[in-house]
Amino acid sequence: MEQMIAGKNITVNEEGYLKDFSQWDENIGEALAAQANIILTPRHWEVLKYLQKEQQNQVALSIRRIGKSGVVDIKEFYQLFPIAPLKTATKIAGIPKPASCI
Amino acid sequence: MNNLVILGAGTAGTMMANHMNHHLKNPEWQIIIIDEREEHHYQPGYLFLPFDTYTPEDIVKTIEEFIPKEVKLIRQQISRIIPSQNEVQLATGHLIPYDILIIATGTKIAPEEIPGMGGSEWHKSIFDFYSFEGALALRNKLREWEGGRMLVHITEMPIKCPVAPLEFAFLADDYFKRKKMRDKVQITFVTPLDGAFTKPKATAAFEHLLEEKNIAIESDFAIEQVDNDRHCIIDYGGREIPFDLLVTVPTNKGDSLIERSGMGDDLNYVPTHKATLQSKNHENVFVIGDATDLPSSKAGSVAHFEAEILTENIMRYVHGEPLKEDFDGHANCFIETGEGKALLIDFNYTHEPVEGSFPFPGVGPLRLLKETRMNHMGKLAFRWIYWNVLLKGTHIPFVSARMSEAGKQFE
Repeated sequence: MEQMIAGKNITVNEEGYLKDFSQWDENIGEALAAQANIILTPRHWEVLKYLQKEQQNQVALSIRRIGKSGVVDIKEFYQLFPIAPLKTATKIAGIPKPASCI
Repeated sequence: MNNLVILGAGTAGTMMANHMNHHLKNPEWQIIIIDEREEHHYQPGYLFLPFDTYTPEDIVKTIEEFIPKEVKLIRQQISRIIPSQNEVQLATGHLIPYDILIIATGTKIAPEEIPGMGGSEWHKSIFDFYSFEGALALRNKLREWEGGRMLVHITEMPIKCPVAPLEFAFLADDYFKRKKMRDKVQITFVTPLDGAFTKPKATAAFEHLLEEKNIAIESDFAIEQVDNDRHCIIDYGGREIPFDLLVTVPTNKGDSLIERSGMGDDLNYVPTHKATLQSKNHENVFVIGDATDLPSSKAGSVAHFEAEILTENIMRYVHGEPLKEDFDGHANCFIETGEGKALLIDFNYTHEPVEGSFPFPGVGPLRLLKETRMNHMGKLAFRWIYWNVLLKGTHIPFVSARMSEAGKQFE
């Protein structure tokens, strides 16, 4: 479906995740963060850029891997994105919600 | 003579010993299987042990009785794999050379990953049911427990048999009803996922069942620690959930042998090609069952389907032919929902569980994603199938290794 985010028409899935990363820019990130009641600081951006890089490299994202990344520990990850941080941060970063293997 | 060495005589390793024994004959090939344990456990039975449905005798047999006599069984601890030399070193220092290696060392619980989990309350008010000891200790606890707040908890994904915690919650509801004490027990299902399960249609079905059985759900809970004094679990966001009885599925990790051999990822799972089951780093090393890092379920049914495909691929490897990219992540799981009923789900890497009939399209007799008594009969019959058909590597009639899309209601 189409959604107006930061003045642009963006294609998102039913949970609000961007379907096409090429439509993402920092203004979109700011707008998605605002929807989650988060104001992005430089520290947030470091984490978001890291998540985007991992996604590009096709690394499966998990709380455990982020905790061991050296970029941010899990405690701080929760301080930055207090509610369901991995889901919230990936949505703001414009990348797919991490699939949990079953 | 060539050596084919299998590490681990659990579900996957035993099936491979039987399969390979049909295909690779003496004197050209010697098949060796190594496992230090004496007993083979029917692991799905751990779920029933706490509720006194199965006894220990129902689920324990010897490893030996399922290994063909032509296969050499070595009952020793393995020190490490040395892939650069194509050798396995035993704890005694003895070296066993291999031409082909199959890793089937499974996955184990690691309560030590979470501060406080394996502490003073372990097997007193905190239990697992993913080990024989844990399930038995929990049975003894439940026999005398007078009620309170019970949490059924998943620490982190991936875990073996991802539906087992849900089944545990459903069976606990049934158990306390039968003991006429359901009103004295609050059951809460605590999960790091954002819902009861990982796939949308099955999640909707399970959440409906949880509600019907008055089981609360706490989702998105990433546990940081267990507070043994205050009897609560705490997540990284500071959320606390108190308990009187914590039934947890600790972090699951591959065998420490994989770590010692430097062959695993951060959870000791071996990087494996998801369609051929060849290890990504060594072409004469193959991996099956819970030991892989595949994005499939860690479950006996998956190991069974993998075994049929891996057998074919090892024979292709022996004959110098290209491997077949045939494994599709197929899993098939019965899910006990209590009161003599069960659900059945059938899915793979790309197709989530949906409603339909199984194994005969439009006929059944089993129903997918619906609670029926026939499904429950299927689950109980499965123990017999496991011991008598599955471990011997016999193909189960009408159930193919690759998932069938017939008879299913995809949108």
